[in-house]
Order: sequence, then C-alpha cells, then structure tokens
Amino acid sequence: MTSLFLLQFLNGVQFGILLFLIAAGLTLVFGIMDFVNLAHGVIYMVGAYLVVSFTQMTGSFALGLLLTLPATLLIGLVLELLVFRRLYDRPHLDQVLATFGLVMIISEAVEIIWGAAPLSVAMPDALSGSIPLIGQMRYPVFRLAVIGAGLATALGLYLIIGHTRIGMRLRAGATNRAMVAALGVDIRRLFTVIFAFGAMLAGFAGAMVAPILTVDPGMGESVLILAFVVIVIGGIGSVRGAFAGALLVGIVDTLGRSFGPILLRLVMEPAAAGQAGRVLAPMLVYILMAVILVLRPAGLFGQKT
Amino acid sequence: MTRKTAALLLFAAFALLPMIASALNDHYLVVIATRILGFAIAALALDLILGYGGMVSFGHAAYIGIGAYSVAILGRAGITDLGAHLLAAIAAAALFALVTGAISLRTRGIYFIMITLAFAQMAFFFFVSLSAYGGDDGVTLRARSTLMGQPLLEDDRALYFATLAILIGLYLLAVAITRSRFGRVLTGARENPVRMQAVGFSPFRYQLTAFVISGAMASVAGVMLANQTGFVSPAFMNWHVSGELVVMVVLGGTGNLLGAVAGATIALMLEEGLGMLTEHWPLFFGLMLVIVVLVSRDGISGLFRRDRG
Repeated sequence: MTSLFLLQFLNGVQFGILLFLIAAGLTLVFGIMDFVNLAHGVIYMVGAYLVVSFTQMTGSFALGLLLTLPATLLIGLVLELLVFRRLYDRPHLDQVLATFGLVMIISEAVEIIWGAAPLSVAMPDALSGSIPLIGQMRYPVFRLAVIGAGLATALGLYLIIGHTRIGMRLRAGATNRAMVAALGVDIRRLFTVIFAFGAMLAGFAGAMVAPILTVDPGMGESVLILAFVVIVIGGIGSVRGAFAGALLVGIVDTLGRSFGPILLRLVMEPAAAGQAGRVLAPMLVYILMAVILVLRPAGLFGQKT
Repeated sequence: MTRKTAALLLFAAFALLPMIASALNDHYLVVIATRILGFAIAALALDLILGYGGMVSFGHAAYIGIGAYSVAILGRAGITDLGAHLLAAIAAAALFALVTGAISLRTRGIYFIMITLAFAQMAFFFFVSLSAYGGDDGVTLRARSTLMGQPLLEDDRALYFATLAILIGLYLLAVAITRSRFGRVLTGARENPVRMQAVGFSPFRYQLTAFVISGAMASVAGVMLANQTGFVSPAFMNWHVSGELVVMVVLGGTGNLLGAVAGATIALMLEEGLGMLTEHWPLFFGLMLVIVVLVSRDGISGLFRRDRG
C-alpha cells in the first residue's frame, strides 16, 4: 500500500511536471500581454506529432526530440508574427475568437497530415525498462527522465527569471506592462521571444509524453483546460505559481483517481464507492480550483484579478 | 429598419421555411433548421449575459448538456412529457449556474472566461464518467418528448414549430428582461460596477441572477436539441460547443438579442455549406474566423454592426 502510494505519487509528480511545461509559457503570455491563447494546447499536440515523424525519419528518439524543439519554436514565431501580434490591444473576446479559430485550423491540419487514427512512437532503448527505488518497488526510467527534464527546465526558468536582465524585464512586464514600456523596453519584441519560447516548452512537453501516451488529435484539448486550471490556481503571470499549481493538480488528479474509490469504500458500499469514485475523480481538480478561488480569488501567487 | 420589423421578418422567414422545404422537396432542410433554432436559443441565452452583462461565459455548452441529459435521464425513468423535461432541465441548470456562477463572479476578465470553461469541463467529465448513460458514447433516446401524453413531436415539422415557438417566447422574454429595471442595472454594472455600488445596487446579485436566467434558458436549447438528434452524449458540452456559441453571439453583434439568433443562423449555415464542400470544413471555418477578427478592428461584430437598442 505504501509503495503503491509512492508509485502513484511519482506518477502525479510526473503529470504535474508535464502540466508545468505547458502552463509556464501560457502564464507568461497571460501575465505580460494579458492575452488569452486557446491555441496553446494544439502546439503541445503538434509537438507530439512532430516527434513521431522526426523519430521515424531519423530512427532515433533523441534526434527526433532535438528537431522538434526548433520546429515548435518556429511555429510559435510564425503564429506570433502572423496573428497574435495584431491582437494585443484587442478585447479578450477577440483573442478568444481568433485563437479558437486557430485551434480549428491546426487540429484539422494535423488530421489532414497525420490522419485521425492514434499514432505511437517507440520508447528509446536507453530509457526503457525500470529501476528499483525502494525495496520491491520499481519505477520506469522514462517517467523519471520526464521528471528530471521538467525539473531541469523549471530550474533553468527560475535562474533566467530570477537572475538575468531579460528575467527582470519579464517580471516587471508581468507586474506593470505600461511602466516597463515607458522605461524604454521593447515589450513587443520581449513578448515575441516569450511566446516562441512558450510554444517550444509546450512542444517539448508533447514530445516527452509521446512514448508513454498515444498521440491523437484530441490530446491538446484536455491538457489545455488543465493548464488553465493550473494557472488560475497558481495566479496569472506567476511561473512559481504555475509550478506549485501544476504539481498540486498533477498529484491531486492522479491520487484522486487511484485512491478516491479506496477512501470512499471506508464510508460506502464497495460498488457505490467504485461508481462514485469514477464520477468524482475527474472533477476533483475543478473542485480544488473552486475551493482555492473562494479563499484567494487571484490564485495562490497571483497579484491582480 | 427597426428591431421590431427585423424580428418580425426573421421569425416570419423561419415560420415559412417548412413550406419552402416541402416545395423544394428537401426534408433535410427542416432538420437543419431545427438545429439552428436550438442553437439560436442557446446563443440568445449567452447574449443576455455576454452582451448586456459583459460576462464572457466560455462554458455555456454545459447548460445545453444538462438540458439534453434531462431528456435522456427522465425518458429512461419513464417520464416522457416535454413540460417535465423542460422543468427538470431548468431546475438543474439554474442550480448549476447558481453554484458555479457565485464562484465565477468573484473574478473578472480572463479569470471569468477560464473559470466558466473549467466548470463546463467539470460537467463534461461528470457525464463522461456516468457509465449508466453510456459514458463517452452517450445514449440513444427511445422516443421524442411527448405533449400531453401524445407523441406529437415525432413529426419533424411539429418539432420544428415547437422549437420556433419556444425561441420566439424566450426572445420576447429576453427583450422584456433587458428593457426592465433589472436589465438596466445589469448593463450599468457592466459599464461601471463601482458606480452602481455607490448608487446603492449590489452588482453581484444582479449579475448572478442574470447568469442563472441565462443558464436556465440555455438548458431549454439542450432539451430541444436532444429531441432533434434523438441522441445524447457528452459531446453536447464539449468546449468547442461553448466556443461556437461565443462565435455565434459575436457574429450577430453582441448586446443585440436578435443578432444572436442571426449569428446562430449564419454560423450553422456556414458549417453546413462548408461541410457539403469538404469534410475538412473546420479548417476553413477557423480560417474565416481568424481573418475576420484580424480584418475588422471591432472584431466580427464590427462587420455586421447594427443599431443597438
């Protein structure tokens, strides 16, 4: 039971790390440009599809991953220059509509290029198999690699945001965009960089899960909504909040699914507990979000509403 | 053209449509038009809070879903009356709107958009995991709702006229609401909540009431749409549906109730038209959406702007 708990806890952390990679770019775009980007989830999906194709072309997952990163960066850049750039000063409603249109375009384009059937990519040999953690318990190497890569990214972001000049501008931009612009920072160029970088992080997340999940046209949507939940919980514009929110959502979601029915069995009939657990588990993170918002309307680390 | 004449013309066109369909011998036209009317009801409901209250709900598909499942769940329990279905849908949707609206209205702007979206996803996943009603796959309805114990709605034209009658009724109700003191306070709260508070109104109560009315209205759309498709699944509350509702309202011009009806008509006719040309219609629909937003400085409504009021 303890080792099962630890196992599921690690799965939760791994899922949380993944959500963080997606939410980090999204929250900066929200925080700095006050921009609603519904198309962020489809870039995660495109990252997964690209890694499948690039891996088939090169015969190596590592090379595939290496090619996916600049490719999604480029996609982010093109989207920013063609569409997003023109929408900063518009009402949220316009941004929602335009990015909703982008979701339709990109989803359909992915179906045209790769077909509607789910795809998969083989686990790289070096990262397949599992290693012993404690006693009898073993854990898949690849999932540990995902956790490691995500933590390294988080650390890198922490250093960039907390200890570099561009990070300083970023933090200042998230707090007061007009003031930073008045001080002579080219906030638009800063945003272009952040947007492309955020797209790359989402593409990276998509590429990393491709070997453990199936790659299908719907995969971007569920993750997008969860990334929103993460950002709302963490507070818009805060990368630290996104990290805390992502881990919280990942762990609560995973543990809720595996242990919810077990806990409910303590107070209910087994059959009813099973059914109630299945119904309640997917709703758990939304309930969590509601509770946090009642207590803190701007999220855990948020400043503005 | 005054709004009254425009409304008369639009609804008269809808009333004549079945005749045109039978003249053209195109029965499918009535089926599509029923779908349009159903979505027009939901768009009308959304415009009430989006256009007049400034509340951009990105989760209104949830209410369509609640209405649709009311038909499925009561139908299986042997309760087939349309009135009962409508009552159950309205009660359930109002309750859901009351709880989620009270939480969502603590926030503003982007937060509000995202929270309404998240709550709709919660409802979506609730019905996905409801295995007794087919889960992800949904359930096929055994029959349409009955009127006074009679299967009067089995005829497609009868269902069409019933949906049209409900749409007209709700349109008149919505017009009355926006013209009432309540509606004016709501619009005032959109423009300047602080000032409204200073004058002695509590914007929160007005906004929440409007949110509940809007949710209840959208659930009526769900009841009619379930009857039209004969099938109920979580796809009714997919976030894409919420997005399309926002598109419809903005397409017709926000804060213009008739515009919501027109927007639903235009959007669905576009979908149907593009769908006949290519199976990849979402690509072109999305492309049009992006281009229109980029081209028109005031968003889509700028291209179709009509007199407000």
